[in-house]
Amino acid sequence: MALKFPIYMDNHATTPLDKRVLEAMLPYFTQDFGNAASRTHAYGWHAEAAVEDSRETIADYIGAESGKEIVFTSGATESDNLAIKGVAEYYKAKGNHIITTTIEHKAVLDSCKRLEKEGYTVTYVNAGPDGLVNPADIEAAITDKTILVSVMLANNEVGTIQPIGEIGAITRKRGVLFHCDAVQGFGKTPFDVSAMNVDLASLTAHKIYGPKGVGALYVRRSKPRVRLVAQMDGGGHERGNRSGTLNVPGIVGFAKAVSIFKQEGVAEADRIRGLRDRLHNAINKELDSVFLNGHPEKRLPGNLNLSFSFVEGEGLMMAIKDVAVSSGSACTSASLEPSYVLRSMGLDEELAHSSIRFGLGRFNTEEEVDYVAELVIGKVKRLRELSPLYEMHQQGIDIKSIQWAAH
Amino acid sequence: MAYSEKLLEHYENPRNVGTLDKDDPSVGTGLVGAPACGDVMRLQIKVSPEGVIEDARFKTFGCGSAIASSSLATEWIKGKSIDEAAGIKNSQIAEELSLPPVKIHCSVLAEDAIKSAIEDYKAKRAARLALDASPAEAPAAAAPAN
Repeated sequence: MALKFPIYMDNHATTPLDKRVLEAMLPYFTQDFGNAASRTHAYGWHAEAAVEDSRETIADYIGAESGKEIVFTSGATESDNLAIKGVAEYYKAKGNHIITTTIEHKAVLDSCKRLEKEGYTVTYVNAGPDGLVNPADIEAAITDKTILVSVMLANNEVGTIQPIGEIGAITRKRGVLFHCDAVQGFGKTPFDVSAMNVDLASLTAHKIYGPKGVGALYVRRSKPRVRLVAQMDGGGHERGNRSGTLNVPGIVGFAKAVSIFKQEGVAEADRIRGLRDRLHNAINKELDSVFLNGHPEKRLPGNLNLSFSFVEGEGLMMAIKDVAVSSGSACTSASLEPSYVLRSMGLDEELAHSSIRFGLGRFNTEEEVDYVAELVIGKVKRLRELSPLYEMHQQGIDIKSIQWAAH
Repeated sequence: MAYSEKLLEHYENPRNVGTLDKDDPSVGTGLVGAPACGDVMRLQIKVSPEGVIEDARFKTFGCGSAIASSSLATEWIKGKSIDEAAGIKNSQIAEELSLPPVKIHCSVLAEDAIKSAIEDYKAKRAARLALDASPAEAPAAAAPAN
């Protein structure tokens, strides 16, 4: 089978729509196009029924008690904002302290920064060098003013899967609400809000082969009943939690993507893990000085984040332009700062500049993996020939011992 | 990142990649940047007794713009006197390669690399001349210069 270029290996950034999802969505654009809030005619009733069905599918998959606990949003960024700001505003009288981690997605971090400007205090717990958050560190930070803990299920850059169940047990014991940004882990690693004592969870469709522009926030309704101050005011939709006409086709697509995971998720994770390991092993066989970023076992099946020492990330990405990946290099971020996730894990800056993130997914094949492995190996070798640092390394010079005149 | 054809050409086929003997008295070595910044350029020049750059070599750890900037720098300085080479401005490099604004610093580093190599060559030469002029040297050595 002919390879299609560029080969897509950036599934942490987004995923293509599964054709079955697209098929499920289409009728809701031109046939059953009603507004789900239109109570007076069949167009509205059909749309509402589709939405309620979708609610139940998603609630069931995450172990929630009922569809009433699912609030549809425009995506996980909105869900993160709603969870953090909504809880903070509602429980202001109870306390003003929030705990989160330094490796969260910007939607969580920037929401926390906004709250700090409004007088809340936030503790940012560090992840360890393998990207794992220590539950004991979370517990140590809890005070009698703490109203919310927010920790992601799996990190988007290094794929590390966090001990959500352990953290949930702690927050439940201490009476603090627990929000989990489950975007990257959802479908790829076990996630159950009941078993793990999660009170709020952000979900999105476009990382699970569903459409962009739709997501959800799980909001627990019992033991405890979580309350929020809505961030979107308007018609009182979603039980007053989030106003705005529902994206019916998006929601239907979201639910279809989830039901595919329900049936195929476990087998798929195994297959993707196999492909990822194949890529990793092939690269390790031919190249020296390649480092894995993140935890070796507790990581998402499709994630491979590697630092190729002595070669800069953007330069390498240009060399493998037929492959779509991303890098933790400053050059690829507009701010010229290397990845804050890699830095907060304590990764050497030189290694952060040399990192590439491969995100394998449903549609990657063995043939693609073999092609990419060979390409990467060849290009790294070429760039190392151009690299003064590699030459020094070969001569046995310790690069860290040199006094660099930074510019 | 949308790169110009010239930049891509230098990146795909860099000129003058390699290493000169840094202990050779006619060679100047410039090493600028830092791994922590994601940019390190080593630029070496071989200078004739008349002060003309006969050969230049580079190696760079950095993005496509950094590699292209240093490759272009070595191309431009070959055949120039060291004074002419020292006059090369980063803006000229940036213009030639149509560097996007966020990559201008790569051209600055290339200009620094040229100057650093020239300075190293001059310092080595001055040290050698001072040694030649020192009375501790055997009388067979050359008469004191300038």
